[in-house]
Amino acid sequence: MDNNSNNIIVLMVCPVSNYLEQEIEKSFKVFKLWHFEDKEQFINTHKDSIQAVVGSAAAGADAELIESLPKLEIVATCSVGLDKIDLARCKEKGIRVANTPDVLTDDVADLAIGLILAVLRRICESDRYVRSGEWKKGEFKMTTKFTGKSVGILGMGRIGTVIAKRAEAFDCIIGYNSRTEKPNLNYKYYPNLIDLASNCQILVVACSLTEETQHIVNRQVINALGPKGVLINIGRGLLVDEHELVSALLQGRLGGAGLDVFEHEPDVPEELIGLENVVLLPHVASATVETRKAMADLVVGNLQAHFGKKPLLTPVV
Amino acid sequence: MPTEEERPVVLIHRIPALKQPLASLSERFTLLDPLLHSADSTHSFLSRHASSVRAILCLGASPLTSDTLSLLPALEIVVGSSAGIDHVDLQECRRRGILVTNAGNAFSEDGADYVVGLLIDVLRRVSSSDRFVRNGLWPEHGAYPLGSTLGGKRVGIVGLGSIGSEVAKRLVPFGCSIAYTSRKKKPCVSYPFYANVSGLAADSDVLIVCCALTEETHHMINKDVMTALGKEGVIINVGRGALIDEKELVHFLVRGKLGGAGLDVFEDEPHVPKELLTLDNVVLSPHVAVVTAESFAALEQVVIGNLEAFFSNKPLLSPVKLE
Repeated sequence: MDNNSNNIIVLMVCPVSNYLEQEIEKSFKVFKLWHFEDKEQFINTHKDSIQAVVGSAAAGADAELIESLPKLEIVATCSVGLDKIDLARCKEKGIRVANTPDVLTDDVADLAIGLILAVLRRICESDRYVRSGEWKKGEFKMTTKFTGKSVGILGMGRIGTVIAKRAEAFDCIIGYNSRTEKPNLNYKYYPNLIDLASNCQILVVACSLTEETQHIVNRQVINALGPKGVLINIGRGLLVDEHELVSALLQGRLGGAGLDVFEHEPDVPEELIGLENVVLLPHVASATVETRKAMADLVVGNLQAHFGKKPLLTPVV
Repeated sequence: MPTEEERPVVLIHRIPALKQPLASLSERFTLLDPLLHSADSTHSFLSRHASSVRAILCLGASPLTSDTLSLLPALEIVVGSSAGIDHVDLQECRRRGILVTNAGNAFSEDGADYVVGLLIDVLRRVSSSDRFVRNGLWPEHGAYPLGSTLGGKRVGIVGLGSIGSEVAKRLVPFGCSIAYTSRKKKPCVSYPFYANVSGLAADSDVLIVCCALTEETHHMINKDVMTALGKEGVIINVGRGALIDEKELVHFLVRGKLGGAGLDVFEDEPHVPKELLTLDNVVLSPHVAVVTAESFAALEQVVIGNLEAFFSNKPLLSPVKLE
């Protein structure tokens, strides 16, 4: 490790964790963008010294930021999602990009199953029922079985594959939609998302957010899923037309939803707050002590690898 | 379908709060329901019909005592309709040679699904972070406290019966390791067996309580077991409230001597210890682990199947061994 590395300047564009900040500070000089009221002025002052940007699901490196940092060599995001990074521009300029795949796959898949169970079996709602004293007045309602149900997975990447494996232990019938059919998979491939939605009771959104997949879950897909259908989103808020989702839930055209992500986090549509047939989580699919540490270590590892002139641990570009 | 004269007589035993059984039963059997005959007291109704009653259908957890049984000298079978059978005087049934059936596997999958749902909720803080969002705290506070990963957790199953074995099957792909305790070691099971629950607790991160409530298992999850499980430990209970020493459980949770709990059953339902109502590391549910439309449809098949087998002298579908 180059002993001048403490001179290398890393710009963190959003808070991630104290642990990540401490670890990066051990080897690099860190600027935290959210500490500066006038961000534009800060960038102007330091633009020639910033060599790395660290982001997360909340913020990354868009065209404007990239263009304003002529010395930028690497963007490392503490997330597997790359939607906040202008990948094309990075490629163009020879800027490296690294993310945190694999270490969070299991936690995200676990939470997808947890959301399905919470919605179908109304776990959060029945916890409210007990806490509010309602149980003393009468029995809770009957809920819907999960085992044996048909599950459709949008996006059969690392996360989708692991979700499918867990759902198999519940004897679920698995179908999927993705850009291309995957070889050697025992699940039915639906080239058309609306067909998948028509043929499953639970649709899990697990694909990446790109220009092509914005609002891929639209009114037609939601209608195809139907009044007994359940939508689970552990991908990105923008994958679903949130306005359409809300109206479908309010009108009973969709049976229920389990949502970990929203179009404008941390804002959640007011109308959803009053609904009993939804579960609303604050983007926590990778939020365990174990995984967040592993993600942070991967970010630091990638930075150290790059500036130590070694191969990146988890390169994207 | 049998004609009205051909339908065997079945006595319905239920507490008033439970509704009468489903229509499909009355197509096959002549149902006698004391609660529908308000002119008669239950005692005199039973006495009048005693000689014709060979079978009784016990709805839900309606207590069936030796007092009631003593009014039915011709009784040969008690058909239960819940997963547990602790509300029936089994000793008296054994003494009189009365057969008993339970719900068989009708509830097993739903019970196991619910256990997994509760476990993920406790470890990953699903209900508490849903509350966090609903209370408008996300914009103000940013992140919610981190949860704990399921992968690598050592899960100890107390009672590897029909529900317990379905739980094990579901948790394996999550990366959990499974061990169990049970009255006897199961010969065809590869999970490590522990002869006592304290030993199991000492080697577990999670204890899943899904065994039957008997005199032996009453308060089996006690102070020693909870201490052995440890302050990061999690207990999930879908069996019966009295399997756990509830007072001690509350004490352990309130003082941070236990990591969390997912509880579907309590010692004095529907009363839940008020200290639990404000804890964020517990998930509470109103005895619903098996209550789905699908499981009740399956139950109907088991009940009808057991009654038809009995009346035609065929092997029962889900007999309870009365030891």
